[in-house]
Amino acid sequence: MISLTEVAKNYGSAGASDAVAIGPVSVDIAAGGITALVGPNGAGKSTILTMIGRLLDVDAGRIEVAGHDVVKSPSKTIAKILSILRQENHFVTRLTVRQLVGFGRFPHSQGRLTHEDERHISEAIDFLDLTALEGRYLDQLSGGQRQRAYVAMVLAQGTDYVLLDEPLNNLDMQHAVQMMQQLRRAADELGRTVVIVLHDINFAARYSDRILAMKDGVVVEHGTPAEIMQDAVLTRVFDTEVTVIEGPGGPLAVYY
Amino acid sequence: MTTQLGHLRRTPPVSSGTETASAGTTACAAATQPRRHSGAITTRRHGVRYWGVMALLGGLSVFFTAGILGYDNPMPFGSDGYWLIARMRVETVLVIGVVVFCQAMATVSFQTATNNRIITPSIMGFESLYVAIQTGAVFFFGIAGITLVTGLPQFLMQAGAMVLFATILYTWLLSGKFSNIHIMLLVGVVIGGGLGSLSTFMQRVLTPSEFDVLTARLFGNIGNARGEYLPYAIPIALAAAGVLWLRARRLNVVALGRNTADNLGVDHRREVMIILALVSVLMAMSTSLVGPMTFLGFLVATLAYQFADTYSHRMLFPMAMLIGYTVLAGAYFIMRNIFYAQGAVTLIIELIGGIVFLIVLMRKGRL
Repeated sequence: MISLTEVAKNYGSAGASDAVAIGPVSVDIAAGGITALVGPNGAGKSTILTMIGRLLDVDAGRIEVAGHDVVKSPSKTIAKILSILRQENHFVTRLTVRQLVGFGRFPHSQGRLTHEDERHISEAIDFLDLTALEGRYLDQLSGGQRQRAYVAMVLAQGTDYVLLDEPLNNLDMQHAVQMMQQLRRAADELGRTVVIVLHDINFAARYSDRILAMKDGVVVEHGTPAEIMQDAVLTRVFDTEVTVIEGPGGPLAVYY
Repeated sequence: MTTQLGHLRRTPPVSSGTETASAGTTACAAATQPRRHSGAITTRRHGVRYWGVMALLGGLSVFFTAGILGYDNPMPFGSDGYWLIARMRVETVLVIGVVVFCQAMATVSFQTATNNRIITPSIMGFESLYVAIQTGAVFFFGIAGITLVTGLPQFLMQAGAMVLFATILYTWLLSGKFSNIHIMLLVGVVIGGGLGSLSTFMQRVLTPSEFDVLTARLFGNIGNARGEYLPYAIPIALAAAGVLWLRARRLNVVALGRNTADNLGVDHRREVMIILALVSVLMAMSTSLVGPMTFLGFLVATLAYQFADTYSHRMLFPMAMLIGYTVLAGAYFIMRNIFYAQGAVTLIIELIGGIVFLIVLMRKGRL
């Protein structure tokens, strides 16, 4: 379980007129399945996710993942419990897909890859259908393939918790759907707890088990897709007139 | 399905090896294919190329070393005088070795820490500080001032000042509220530029003879290096480089940037500060020994990335050193024996090196 207690982050100097505060957020994200973080721009979704992944300092409050305080526990320990992938990934180093995925094993092997590590790497690559591409360099891949390689890296890390910050960014329809299906499989077949920031509420409704809606730095709704996919709820969260209709695969939010 | 994915699962696998043919996923291919491996060398061809280049560079290094030691020796080969002269030239070879060793390790590590392959430690005001100290000595004390900054205690103090300058800059800028490598670089460039202008101003008001003496000091000068510093510079450089070598696997992760490194459990900020402190030690050794070598580190690191084509610092470091040695020893040999101007090796490094660099870059089209 991921448990946040009165977590806050302040941007800009305190008391200044332009100060922006995220939080305080207190929420428990259950283990297992996919939890989607949704909300308008600037709601604090990425900030919260990045703080859970201890890539951003917490100004107040406490974050525990599987009973470990992410701020106080050694980073090495946390790296075996949770992995996080941010939006922007650009490496100056030239890497093949397999080398990149291999770095995911660093917390376990400190760079000396064992047979065990190699097996994890192969399986993560196969899981994301990158087998044929594993010898390719990242700069020879399309955006969608590269995104898959990054996800393979965090899966190879072998952590119970996988945090992803808008992994569908820059992906076309086909690749976005594939990515969500693969994450669904990661949750169902590998037993991972996936927390994901999504922009498209319909993707969240279709593929996630729980939706956490944020607005103005605080959590405003937390529930199953059926509970969140209501005209009134979505209209309030997004400040936009939203109508939910029954689609072929579940409820669809129409807001165009 | 469960079987093949068993290892990725966090819970223990349900069974093993009983239903391998199920589902037809690609996962079962792992068992039947030839062993798939990760590692820094991707293919056999890559390995052959890496070791081929290393062997070629090694050969050239030996050739130029022999050339520096033995070419144009006026005494008959094998006589006592011949060996005496050769032994005197060993110091030059050592200086070249130490300078290249420091520059190669420092630049590759620096570019890894800053996640940037264009800037070098020279830009961060190291060499400007050296130039400012030297110029200041002549400016305030005249020609006699140059002797004030020459000598063992001065060498250690100058090196200490450079390390202190860099470490304060890094810790101040990387801890605290900036914690932003771009701001640190910008401040470094501005300080470097400021010190450079200060030096230029002081040089303007020097007498021509003072200026002449100073210029000789400021030109990257192998032949004029202070050999008596070597017994101190070598162990210090080896110690700093040894630490970097031991941390090479972490360097590989640091090169992936802050977010990825932190995700993998490597404390990026701490690693970067350690790396930069060691880089400042190496740069101080090199600069105090021979003066500014602005382009050498950049050239050597860039060529090493091109030829080694790997993330592994344990492959990049030796490659960078050998490239640097070949370039610097070659330039020294050519300048000394063909142009009789061993003082100006930086000229040839910047000319030939620059051309080689442009050719390689144009052909590959990436850094």
